[in-house]
Amino acid sequence: MVSAGTTSEALRWIPLLPLAAAVFHGVMLAFVRRPTPRWVTIALSCGSVALSFAVACVAFWELRGLAPESRLLVDNLYTWIGAGIGDQAFSAELAFVLDPISAVMALVVTGVGTLIHVYSIGYMDDDHREDRGFQRFFCYLNLFTFSMLVLVLANNLVLMFVGWEGVGLCSYLLIGFWYSDRFNAYCGSKAFIVNRIGDFAFLVGIFLVFRALADLGAPSVAFADIEKHVSQLAGLTISVPAWMPFGPEWSLVTTVALCMFVGACGKSAQIPLHVWLPDAMAGPTPVSALIHAATMVTAGVYLVCRLSFLFAAAPAASAVVAWVGGLTAIFAATVAVTQTDIKKVLAYSTVSQLGYMFLAEGCGGYSAALFHLGTHAFFKALLFMAAGAVILAMHHEQDIEKMGGLHRRIWRTHIVFLIGVLAIAGAPGFSGFFSKDEVLVAAYTSHVPGHQWLYAIGVATAGLTAFYMFRLYFQVFWGESRVPEQQRDRMRDAAPVVIYPLWVLAFFSIFAGFAGLPQAYGDWFRGWGVEESNSLANFLGPALVAGEGHALSHSTEYAMALATVFLAATGAVLAWVLYVRRPGLPVRIARRAGVVYRLVRDKYYVDEVYDAAVVRPLVRVSDRVLFRGVDAGLIDGAAVNGMARAIRGIAANGLKYAQSGLTQVYIFFMLVGAVALVGYLVR
Amino acid sequence: MTASVVFFYAFAALAIVSALGMVLNVRNTVASALSLVVTMVALAGIYVLLEAHIVAVFQIMVYAGAIIVLFLFVVMLLNLRTDDFAPGRQKLVKLAAVVIALVVLAELLRLLTTGLPEAPPLPEGYGGYAQVGVALYTDYVLLVEVSGLLLLAAIVGGLILAKRRIG
Amino acid sequence: MIPLEHVIGLSAVLFVIGVLGVATRRNLIVILMSIELMLNAVNLAFVGFNRMWPVVAGEPRLDGQIFVLMVITVAAAEVAVGLGIVISLFRNRDSVDIEEVSLLKW
Repeated sequence: MVSAGTTSEALRWIPLLPLAAAVFHGVMLAFVRRPTPRWVTIALSCGSVALSFAVACVAFWELRGLAPESRLLVDNLYTWIGAGIGDQAFSAELAFVLDPISAVMALVVTGVGTLIHVYSIGYMDDDHREDRGFQRFFCYLNLFTFSMLVLVLANNLVLMFVGWEGVGLCSYLLIGFWYSDRFNAYCGSKAFIVNRIGDFAFLVGIFLVFRALADLGAPSVAFADIEKHVSQLAGLTISVPAWMPFGPEWSLVTTVALCMFVGACGKSAQIPLHVWLPDAMAGPTPVSALIHAATMVTAGVYLVCRLSFLFAAAPAASAVVAWVGGLTAIFAATVAVTQTDIKKVLAYSTVSQLGYMFLAEGCGGYSAALFHLGTHAFFKALLFMAAGAVILAMHHEQDIEKMGGLHRRIWRTHIVFLIGVLAIAGAPGFSGFFSKDEVLVAAYTSHVPGHQWLYAIGVATAGLTAFYMFRLYFQVFWGESRVPEQQRDRMRDAAPVVIYPLWVLAFFSIFAGFAGLPQAYGDWFRGWGVEESNSLANFLGPALVAGEGHALSHSTEYAMALATVFLAATGAVLAWVLYVRRPGLPVRIARRAGVVYRLVRDKYYVDEVYDAAVVRPLVRVSDRVLFRGVDAGLIDGAAVNGMARAIRGIAANGLKYAQSGLTQVYIFFMLVGAVALVGYLVR
Repeated sequence: MTASVVFFYAFAALAIVSALGMVLNVRNTVASALSLVVTMVALAGIYVLLEAHIVAVFQIMVYAGAIIVLFLFVVMLLNLRTDDFAPGRQKLVKLAAVVIALVVLAELLRLLTTGLPEAPPLPEGYGGYAQVGVALYTDYVLLVEVSGLLLLAAIVGGLILAKRRIG
Repeated sequence: MIPLEHVIGLSAVLFVIGVLGVATRRNLIVILMSIELMLNAVNLAFVGFNRMWPVVAGEPRLDGQIFVLMVITVAAAEVAVGLGIVISLFRNRDSVDIEEVSLLKW
């Protein structure tokens, strides 16, 4: 699609600046006894990410200056892996690539990242639990930003995997940040281990692609090379044992695409690997905002986008992606309706919105997915951070059943939260409205089998989203307050350093939609100087392989949008009725629903099933067989200690008697040896 | 049967008998030493028969005349007369050693049944002092020098080891 | 003349007698004397072989005899040091029984 691009020495600074800050903090924490002054930590961490954002902006501007067919900036640092010779030569470079897709991602990561760094100054300020926790937090945040940028800017699968693993590691470190509480450490481990399952599939995918390309005579893992050969790869198959489903021959591209998608499921918390995300809320709120809303979880979406040419060549895999995304979306939305922890609601909401993105990608609407990724980053980060502000004001209380009626006391937080809720619910004119519209259009016009059902699921999810988000909003800020009198009177908004980033995000949550204004609406503003609507899709176009959808007239599109808005409004009104006007009603409904309500509230018992079917047996096997049996018994007992004991036995009970101390006995032995030698020589 | 062959067998028998006498004499250490002297002299006789005159002279002078005398000095110095030791240990091992030694002897003697050539005639003036001297100081000069050093080390070592108290 | 086999045979017999002496006798002096006997046996073998090939490539060769001279030299040095050791051993243990010196054992 895009030819070899222009070199830019600036690209390397985008990931390297946060890395420098992280290394500095790491060295200070590990080797220097004196604590670093707080202002140094702040200046270094926030400054490096802000500078990184500035560089990304400059690079983006440079990219825009190029012709649409050749929008590619490359920064090749050095050849990381070089193997083979001649036409079997393989090399994987440490090279960063900026094309429209990675430009969008880089801007989101660095932009939202900077805002969250600033927010964290205030949020983590009261952390006196640990002496140098403040610096450690920023160290991990910077390390995460570096890893994410490597992931996004990598030009080949292996380097991307390095970033992939890096963000997994930082997620573990940050979720279990307050590790003195065992539960937090457990949540961190859970995230990492579930991610690992996805990583395994990702690796298998990389190996398959590499092997296939090597067989074709062009061994490589770079995206450009895979794209170049995708038409040749499309015909290849892999042989599998005959008893596996779908016959003895599997299509290579489908297998690879599915492997990559499983990896994406792990990172982006899709069914069945979604279980780690709600528990990841054990980490500090800025972590939830950055990693589990805006950046790390979007890595899966980015991967599928990057490999759009692969998925385009494997329609079966695309269908799987779309359906998994759709089902995840509605499944997570139903669970979110019943949750009472403010962060858990947002977590399930994230899973649901990620489902939307995969739904779009499976249906061929890659630019729609990226559009939604961008807008979601803004309003989800905003919602998480506002929730954090609420939590701070409530002195670390997170149960919404204990809140209510706070809209006067913490009005700034209230306003930004409302903006976020409106955006995610798809209120017309807000960014979420346009991006959701694009996603639903992609679903409606795609060729995926059963796409009308997918569209229906998408619309239903939109309604549910509006309902549970407004439920959250009303429960926290309106209605009869369940907060004790004195606490409520002393409540106030968080410090400015916490609130200001929220205003910035709120602004983008409203107006970011116009960056990717769909064609249908762009026409309205034609007269107002909006030259080019659909600008995001046009920008991304040459870098993606878009699906060929059915045609859709503007009027159908308006009708669809109207239907969605109507459904969302219904959800909002319903939430108002249930949680403001008739507060006793939800409890009665829940009691009536009984089993169903409990099933949904307990997340369909997925965790329990996994625990019983996978975790417990594994732990038991590991403990009884592998640890006690093999490790302690066989290796330690028999091999290591056993060998020592055997040798000691032989030496102590037999060999030592040869050392009798009598010279003539030694001479005897010498004689025996000499005789043997002579006998051999004269045989 | 030439005279030299007769002499050879005579000297050989003498050597073997006195060697056995040395090894088997338990009562008297001095007698053992003197038996060894007889063996050495017998061997010197055999060397003469084998046209190695210089070696024979050295044998008598150094070996029989100095080394055994040194043995006798030590025996006298330590006033050793008889072997009255505590009962021996590991007698079985020693018996086994004897057996094996005899086995080795049988092996070696078996080897000698293969035919070997007759002794060739000797050239004029073979084995004279001149020849030995030339050989020592041209082909084997390094050996001579090194043996000088060796003897020096032995002198010093022997002195130190035998002192009653160092310093 | 003198058959070489008989010379070497005599050498072997004397050598084995020496080995018997070393392996069997307990008196340290006698052991040292047996070692001297072994060296003598070897000297005899050298001289015998030297008699067998006195001329090599037209040149008269005396290698065997020279070697014997060296062996005698080394024997002299060895006896000097060895008897020194025996003397100091006797001073410490008041005996030349070889089985008295058996501390280096299990």
